[in-house]
Amino acid sequence: MSDLPLIQADHAVPAPAATTSPGGRRRRLRLLSRTDRVVITLMVLVPLILVCGLVWLPALATVLLSGTNWDGIGPIGEIDWVGWKNYDDVVNIYPPFVPAIQNNLLWLAALFVVATPFGMFLAVLLDKELRGSRFYQTALYLPVVLSLALIGFVWQLIYSRDQGLLNAVLGSNVDWYGDPHVNIWAVLVAAGWRHVGYIMLLYLAGLKGVDPSLREAAAVDGSSEVSTFFRVVFPVLRPINIIVLVVTVIESLRAFDLVWVINKGRNGLELLSALVTANVVGEASRIGFGSALATIMLVVSLVFITVYLATVMREDRR
Amino acid sequence: MSRPRSQAEYLARLVPPSVAGLNRRSLLAGAAGAGALLGTGVLAGCGSDSGSGTDSKTVSVGSNASDPTPKDVLAKLTAAFQGSSGIQANINTVDHNTFQENINNYLQGKPDDVFTWFAGYRMRFFAAKGLAGDVSDVWGKLSGFSDAFKKASTGDDGKQYFVPASYYPWAVFYRKSVWQQHGYQVPQTLDALNALGAQMKKDGLNPIAFADKDGWPAMGTFDILNLRINGYQFHIDLMAGKETWTSDKVRKVFDTWAGLLPLHQPDALGRTWQEAAQSLQQKKSGMYLLGLFVAQQFNDNEQDDIDFFTFPEIDSTIGAKALDAPIDGYMMARKPKSTANAKKLLEYIGSVDAANIMVKGDPGTLVANTGADTSGYTALQKKAAELVGSATEIAQFLDRDTRPDFASTVIIPAFQQFIKDPKDIGGLLTSIENQKKSIFTS
Repeated sequence: MSDLPLIQADHAVPAPAATTSPGGRRRRLRLLSRTDRVVITLMVLVPLILVCGLVWLPALATVLLSGTNWDGIGPIGEIDWVGWKNYDDVVNIYPPFVPAIQNNLLWLAALFVVATPFGMFLAVLLDKELRGSRFYQTALYLPVVLSLALIGFVWQLIYSRDQGLLNAVLGSNVDWYGDPHVNIWAVLVAAGWRHVGYIMLLYLAGLKGVDPSLREAAAVDGSSEVSTFFRVVFPVLRPINIIVLVVTVIESLRAFDLVWVINKGRNGLELLSALVTANVVGEASRIGFGSALATIMLVVSLVFITVYLATVMREDRR
Repeated sequence: MSRPRSQAEYLARLVPPSVAGLNRRSLLAGAAGAGALLGTGVLAGCGSDSGSGTDSKTVSVGSNASDPTPKDVLAKLTAAFQGSSGIQANINTVDHNTFQENINNYLQGKPDDVFTWFAGYRMRFFAAKGLAGDVSDVWGKLSGFSDAFKKASTGDDGKQYFVPASYYPWAVFYRKSVWQQHGYQVPQTLDALNALGAQMKKDGLNPIAFADKDGWPAMGTFDILNLRINGYQFHIDLMAGKETWTSDKVRKVFDTWAGLLPLHQPDALGRTWQEAAQSLQQKKSGMYLLGLFVAQQFNDNEQDDIDFFTFPEIDSTIGAKALDAPIDGYMMARKPKSTANAKKLLEYIGSVDAANIMVKGDPGTLVANTGADTSGYTALQKKAAELVGSATEIAQFLDRDTRPDFASTVIIPAFQQFIKDPKDIGGLLTSIENQKKSIFTS
């Protein structure tokens, strides 16, 4: 956020002011010129308005709507309040809900345990200035650039049961997209394919920024490649590691596009985000019910965000 | 996080906006909240008239005819309309699925004077909500429509809100050459169908091609079984939420379906209808219950090889005369800029002249007006028209005969669950019934 450094600067100055009288405090504020104050006000106000208008108000509206049975038709005055009924329905009579939660967790685990470390590994390899590393870099990052509709189409060509590449090559008859025990893994491969390239680029950028003298020093001290990475480079890259972690969590919570392109998040590919969309967007317009699902998703996201913020703030205080 | 802030920010900027957290939250919450609250919609922008003149010589048409053939037909229709009436029709074409998904916002915003839609529950729902204009006086000037079509165009209040243009029946399709080769006969009863399927299996064919990746094709199977076992009225009442899904009648439909499933192509949930249709085209499957549009997947020189029969009788007291034949047509906005022009256009669309243009332009459908010159029909079209003409009742297909939220968020997952595991019918029907109660009472 753009206002962070300003607040920090503010904290940095007041050491002498803290002991003086309130009058001195006012004088310190006057250190800022009129232009400064206008700029600060704008820099605080504009993001504040944007964040409130685009994030918190809609979020609040979602929470409010989740207590209604609005179908998207008619004026707001006609909306009926139904209390907790939508939540009751979600948990008790909506069969896709439990699989959706399970799949979201599975998604997080798969990205965290397999895709992210693999992307980091590739970044470390590419950082070695191999011949043709530009080519590998582009090839690995390509999936991130491709449009989702295209990705869905590409994987459909591979996974189709009757006409797909995979079954043709393996001579098998696996229903990659249709069998609910198989399709989530098939999709995770596709999702991981994208995620690996993304993490690789993020991490590679971080590795390029590591001071070479650190590695030289480690080499002089007789440290092996592996231990140099784990003992020196990895700890130095802590901020990047946190970004990678957050990106992984975000990616698994917002996982949506692939399953939507494949079968609209049904039959084994249920995800919270897909359920929200299926209910709210489109002809169905179960806005109250969909908002209840969205609120549940908001709460889940808030848990992760809180954990993240708490970690970062503890870090800052140190 | 304090030291390398600049680097972290640099990296954060590498994150594409589509992945950044803020964007995600605003997107999700926005979709759920703001978009819904504002209601008036995204599509209103695309849908609002392009030639916004309020003079009495234009009329705007919101069209879902995004495929080349129907788009071309509509262009020819409006050109001919301009020739005869002097009124210019401006067509706003929107992708077929997008149009359907945005219909709520579209109708509450600034819809075009005339727009494409389907007959059925949803049409009556819009009429009841006051989102569509009454076109009963247009019907007074129309001729050539059977009572079944007029009934399908009528709202709950007894007035007409819809002008039919084209339709297509659902039936069991097969390749004549394959059937001649093996000497198969069209089955007249369920037992005969089962026997035929068993014989096809022996001959190394998939008896019935089947696909349900997109969720809707299985609705056709349910519809026809329910129509054959319980009759049209029960089917429509069930769709309207008036009958219970846990009744023995519905149970019998699923039991019959479960008995037929072994004859269906396995692993249907990963297959698109196009792939299933191609298995019929490639002579790997014996037959396929689908709409007339199955012919799209056949080459031009194979069109004469396609034939069909209506799904056989199951209960002799009910017969085999009802079927699914979704009707596409046009409706009028609640407040068109010029009601007179909009009605003139609808009257023209319902005319024999317009029907003749449609016959020439699109061999994939059948025209609703019986006065049209159908000598240009292919043999398949002629037979399809006869089939629908002899039908005693016409259903519109499950997702057009019931609430869209019920069809898409309850029925599709439930039918897919059934195809996956046909054993637990009782639990499945209880689940459908519980959700139905919640949706239909809200």
